[in-house]
Amino acid sequence: MAFFLKGVHVPHRKNTAGFKGVKLPAPKQVAIPTSMHIGAPAKVVVSVGDEVKIGTLIAEQSGVVSSNVYSSVSGKVVKIEDMLLSSGKSAPAIMIESDGEMAIDENVKPPVINSAEDLLEAIRLSGVVGLGGAGFPTYVKFGANKPVKIQELIINGAECEPYITSDSVTMVEKSNEIGYALSVLTSFFEIDRVIIGIEKNKPDAIKAMKKLENDKIKVRVLPSVYPQGGEKVLVYHLTGKKIPLGKLPIDVGCVVCNSTTVATIGTYLLTGMPLVEKCITVDGDAVKTPQNVIAPIGCALQEVFDFCGGFTKPVAKVIYGGPMMGISVPDTSVPVLKMTNAILAFSEKLNKEADPTACIKCGSCLNHCPFGINPVAIAASLKNNDLEGLKKAGAQLCMECGCCAFVCPAKRPIVQNNKLAKQKLQQANAKGGK
Amino acid sequence: MENNLHLSVSPHIRSKITTQRIMLDVIIALLPALIAGTVIFGIRALLITAVCIFTCVAGEFVFNVITKKQQTVKDLSAVVTGLLLALNVPANIPVWQCVIGSLFAIIVVKCVFGGIGCNIVNPAITARVFMIIAFGAMAKAAFPVNVDGVSGATPLADLQQGVKTEILDLFLGRIGGSIGETSKLALLLGGIYLLARKVITWQIPVTFIGTVFVMSFLLDGLSLLNALYWILSGGLFIGAFFMATDYVTSPSTAWGKVIFGVGAGLLTAIIRFYGNYPEGVSFAILFMNILNPYIENATQRKLFGGEVK
Repeated sequence: MAFFLKGVHVPHRKNTAGFKGVKLPAPKQVAIPTSMHIGAPAKVVVSVGDEVKIGTLIAEQSGVVSSNVYSSVSGKVVKIEDMLLSSGKSAPAIMIESDGEMAIDENVKPPVINSAEDLLEAIRLSGVVGLGGAGFPTYVKFGANKPVKIQELIINGAECEPYITSDSVTMVEKSNEIGYALSVLTSFFEIDRVIIGIEKNKPDAIKAMKKLENDKIKVRVLPSVYPQGGEKVLVYHLTGKKIPLGKLPIDVGCVVCNSTTVATIGTYLLTGMPLVEKCITVDGDAVKTPQNVIAPIGCALQEVFDFCGGFTKPVAKVIYGGPMMGISVPDTSVPVLKMTNAILAFSEKLNKEADPTACIKCGSCLNHCPFGINPVAIAASLKNNDLEGLKKAGAQLCMECGCCAFVCPAKRPIVQNNKLAKQKLQQANAKGGK
Repeated sequence: MENNLHLSVSPHIRSKITTQRIMLDVIIALLPALIAGTVIFGIRALLITAVCIFTCVAGEFVFNVITKKQQTVKDLSAVVTGLLLALNVPANIPVWQCVIGSLFAIIVVKCVFGGIGCNIVNPAITARVFMIIAFGAMAKAAFPVNVDGVSGATPLADLQQGVKTEILDLFLGRIGGSIGETSKLALLLGGIYLLARKVITWQIPVTFIGTVFVMSFLLDGLSLLNALYWILSGGLFIGAFFMATDYVTSPSTAWGKVIFGVGAGLLTAIIRFYGNYPEGVSFAILFMNILNPYIENATQRKLFGGEVK
């Protein structure tokens, strides 16, 4: 590896670092969407009136790229209706009224693993998807039907977004689960080595993970430069391998899993409990007591905020995830999802954005882009509807990390522009180019 | 439950840096040169500066009003143009020439091309060249107020005649010339401030001045002292630190900046040694401004993993 890719120094604001995850009491009701992953929504397998417990399968994977969904509370299914998701698509969601018992389903028991195929099936049944935010079904990464040969299994513990500490808290509190998962993964899958990448501003997590080191598993401490946790960035920094455009990490022999993803696999292997709750960082200047909360999936954000003492100021913006790549939501009734790692509530002070002014061609955006994309050229090519120009400027490579917009002195909507450019290229490709 | 929350595309936080702050930094960085110019050439330097800044800001304001464009004077870029232009003219210049030069810079070079970020050449440098040609503005350069000024030529013109000023005078600016270009000490302070604030990067100033140094060494008797005279004379420092580094009219990548700086340095040396004008910096920067789109195009950053396999 020659050089580190470019990036930006974002404010850390890790106010909740070192806070143990506090378990949220049983919510009154949960709304669990069937689409909390990339791919087809899961197929609902319960009907209104059914009794469910924690860990009961309520929606089954449909197709290869999809994932099982389990109930996160015990109680009764009260409604099944379409819900508008932050992706802009709509999918059925299952409303379950909790009986407050939080009873666990009888079928929840540790899986028996005797072969690589068993392990793959276990990962599929755990309902685990990429918990770093992308939500790509994890068992597909490991090969879907047939286990893949892996040169490097990369555990992403970079957690480069401001505010978020849930991954590092998980690495500390669930180091046993992570250790167990890694030992099972390395003994049944063909994995040459495991690299756990953590940014250097998380000494607790580094310490906890160092204990897992052996001749196959190594911890690598990385500089705290955003977007260290971006998949292509992390693979390059840890292995020196460049993932070509349009290819996956496995095409260069790597599989990347978020640290919390691995911890969840570990929990399933040890107890048989699928993914039903998430450790999430609750923060933002409007939250009274920022902390890490372990919340059942499907629980409304408002309930989580209330558990943290509610709001001290009027709320102007609520974000799923970190402030660099997170998605803003219209109201606080939306549920905690599988890949929710943080929820932030900003007052008007943090929400306020300066009006964009004319581009002064300072070059900050392109000089901070990890991939060398030229947003100035993208903006010009968009104006002229010049598809070749968009490609030359690298629009198709953009991962929307937001470094460009973060540093832009003219406060231009660069990510928005790049998204539009990518969409134009996709549309052109769909039409068969030219 | 909270309703009607603000929705927007990520990122939801932004750095504190703004266009206005960058322009303010440039103004702060030019203050030592303005102070030095006032000490050396007297209070008239301040009058000229005030006239240039006022004319530029008023010109942009009125242009925006007439053309019904969004008002942009608060970004301070017009102040920078006015200040730079003032520092690039001698203190004894007639006020009406300042007004015309400023209007040329702001209206013809900047506003007509679309305002901030759209001009293809640097407004201040272009206006200076315009004034040299139209008024012979540099020919009767002012001399320090506390020195008996008899000669009408600048040290650079003298240098071409083989007359040498003391090197310390050249560095401190106790010589004839434009208001802001004579004190290299003041310009260096401002340049270091801009580098420290990361408003500019080292590539253009270092390669520009470095190339002039090497060329002068080669073309003037292989003497290091002579080369030092050449880089401390004329508008090289103000040009290299403040004019050639203008974002809009210089390349944005590191290699582009190196090419730009070396090119400007070569042209400056060639004009100084073989041209009719003693002053090569303005023409060199102007020429490189025009080449900028080509340099920019040729020095794009390599895309990560973007190569087709």
